[in-house]
Amino acid sequence: MPEDNEAVPVGAPEKTIPLGEEAPSATPEVRPLLRVEGLVKHFPITKGLLRRQVGAVHAVDDISFDVRPGETLGVVGESGCGKSTMGRLVTRLLEPTGGTIEFEGRDISHLGVGGMRPMRRDIQMIFQDPYSSLNPRHTVGTIVGAPFRLQGITPDGGVKKEVQRLLGLVGLNPEHYNRYPHEFSGGQRQRIGIARALALKPKLVIADEPVSALDVSIQAQVVNLLDDLQDELGLTYVIIAHDLSVIRHVSDRIAVMYLGKIVELTDRRSLYGAPMHPYTKALLSAVPVPDPRRRAQRERILLKGDVPSPISPPSGCRFHTRCWKATEVCRTDEPVLTALRTGHQVACHHPEPVESPGEAAA
Amino acid sequence: MTAPLPETSATGTATVVADAEIPVPGTTIEGRSPWRIAWTRLKRDKLALAGGIVVLLLVLVAIFAPLIVDLFGHPPNEYHEDQIDPLFGTPKGSWGGINGDFLFGVEPVNGRDVFSRVVYGARVSLLVAFLSAVVAVLIGTVLGIIAGYFGGWVDTVVSRVMDALLAFPQLLFIIALISVVPNELWGLTGSGVRMAVLIAVIGFFGWPYVGRIVRGQTLSLREREYVEAARSLGAGRTYILFRELLPNLVAPITVYATLMIPTNVLTEAALSFLGAGVKPPTSSWGQMLSKAVNTYEGDPMFMVIPGLAIFVTVLAFNLFGDGVRDALDPKGSR
Repeated sequence: MPEDNEAVPVGAPEKTIPLGEEAPSATPEVRPLLRVEGLVKHFPITKGLLRRQVGAVHAVDDISFDVRPGETLGVVGESGCGKSTMGRLVTRLLEPTGGTIEFEGRDISHLGVGGMRPMRRDIQMIFQDPYSSLNPRHTVGTIVGAPFRLQGITPDGGVKKEVQRLLGLVGLNPEHYNRYPHEFSGGQRQRIGIARALALKPKLVIADEPVSALDVSIQAQVVNLLDDLQDELGLTYVIIAHDLSVIRHVSDRIAVMYLGKIVELTDRRSLYGAPMHPYTKALLSAVPVPDPRRRAQRERILLKGDVPSPISPPSGCRFHTRCWKATEVCRTDEPVLTALRTGHQVACHHPEPVESPGEAAA
Repeated sequence: MTAPLPETSATGTATVVADAEIPVPGTTIEGRSPWRIAWTRLKRDKLALAGGIVVLLLVLVAIFAPLIVDLFGHPPNEYHEDQIDPLFGTPKGSWGGINGDFLFGVEPVNGRDVFSRVVYGARVSLLVAFLSAVVAVLIGTVLGIIAGYFGGWVDTVVSRVMDALLAFPQLLFIIALISVVPNELWGLTGSGVRMAVLIAVIGFFGWPYVGRIVRGQTLSLREREYVEAARSLGAGRTYILFRELLPNLVAPITVYATLMIPTNVLTEAALSFLGAGVKPPTSSWGQMLSKAVNTYEGDPMFMVIPGLAIFVTVLAFNLFGDGVRDALDPKGSR
């Protein structure tokens, strides 16, 4: 990822996004494209012949958020915090245990394969592993043309022409229509995956760790491609990643997840400038700083212990087992995600003191 | 590309054409399909190629058996007592009566042409071996893919059935079954019935081997992200099973089928040897071996020739099958 982001935690020259930057606070009236309310996903753990349920992995536990048209919502968190599960719930690859998912005001949380099919044109997904997300026995033309075949759409000028246009759009040679995935590099393969996701001109694209499997140098290319496509096609993104620098580069708003919950949800500037949840603070302090002088100055928060098991998450605040600020109330009462400042939601009993946004951006 | 990349703003997508070669206008770029790659690799494996050529020859011999016998031999059931030494009942001349007229010699006692009987025997052997492999592959693929993809109780049931069949003493079962099979069945008579039963039974006892492989592969393939990608595009189960998973299963299935055929040749020979194969006037290699047991002291060639036929067939199929497996090995891809 570009060093300009990770080098300076405060006051870095922010990338300007024409649409999204002012959107969070300026126009809260915009109808959300995606509204998630109290989303829950438990994976049952069964035992024995009769498949008796003996427990459940609380992968996603009661999360709510909105995604507005044209913005990019970044979702960060450690491995196993439920962010990928969240993405698969929104694209309805998984059946939610509870809660609702509304897309353009329509409840899609329990639609079947058939009911979901027309919605798939509007919600698409970019996958993490470019090596397993493309069928090795299909040509690129078949892969990128599959959306048209599955949706029964014939684009203007035929499938082949449209596929070639899409390949050009993502920066691949349209002549490579007849090639197989193994003939491409990781970055090129990820572009093929992006072309497939964009084929049906979706409104919302969920990208699950779109660059984490790629070389650092290629990551920048793909991230910039996603940015350019957003500007060109007016896409809305939910980008799931564990790399804070990637998230910072692409997101307008960011949700931080810990053990199946959203602990902090705010726009990029206030998250990186003035994080309020202790977990976010610890997470940000872990971002590598390439400048040795600055590295010596900054405060590094080392969390003790491991992430607790999502099979039996801790009572009260899920972070209390590792939080240096935890008190009795954290053990007993679960903090609710509330807006402590305009557009800055935090779920913590002892949030970091509110700084003025001007100070943070200075 | 770790720099801030000022150039990728408006015309960014056009400028970041990745490291692909610039196409010459007017030429189409053909992809190297996984099958083409396998074929190039197979061509480099001389031993496998030799095996493949022998297999091809054997298949041609079986198909054109009447023509070949017309040209180089005598009708398989024609007696040539003039070729037999009346005192010992063994063929006249050395090497089991091999001469220009009788290429592989003659059978002891009745003097039938061994060449013709071996050629016709190839028909029985290969037909039974091929068709039983087809039966095994069909049942094994369908049940294996279903068990692997759907999992749960379907998987449990199919897997237990496969375990049970693998533990079943199939040779004994076939011998017992053959003895009670009527002479006419499904519109077939005599040897036709026997062959149909052999195909059905060898195929039926062979499917669990295919089923296990297909199930295992499906278990790993269904977790691939391209299956999720297909689902996220609105694909149903049929599409995922047949368009996404099956093409990836063809390679292991092909390998297993080519390696299963020689085993089936051996099973058929063993059953014929034990008298559970085709009925006597029809010739088969195992049956010839079984007859040769009585006369091998006086005429060893009558045992050697069908034995060689079985040996060459099995070896050729195995060499070819190994070559196919190496050529299709996904680990050595590219």
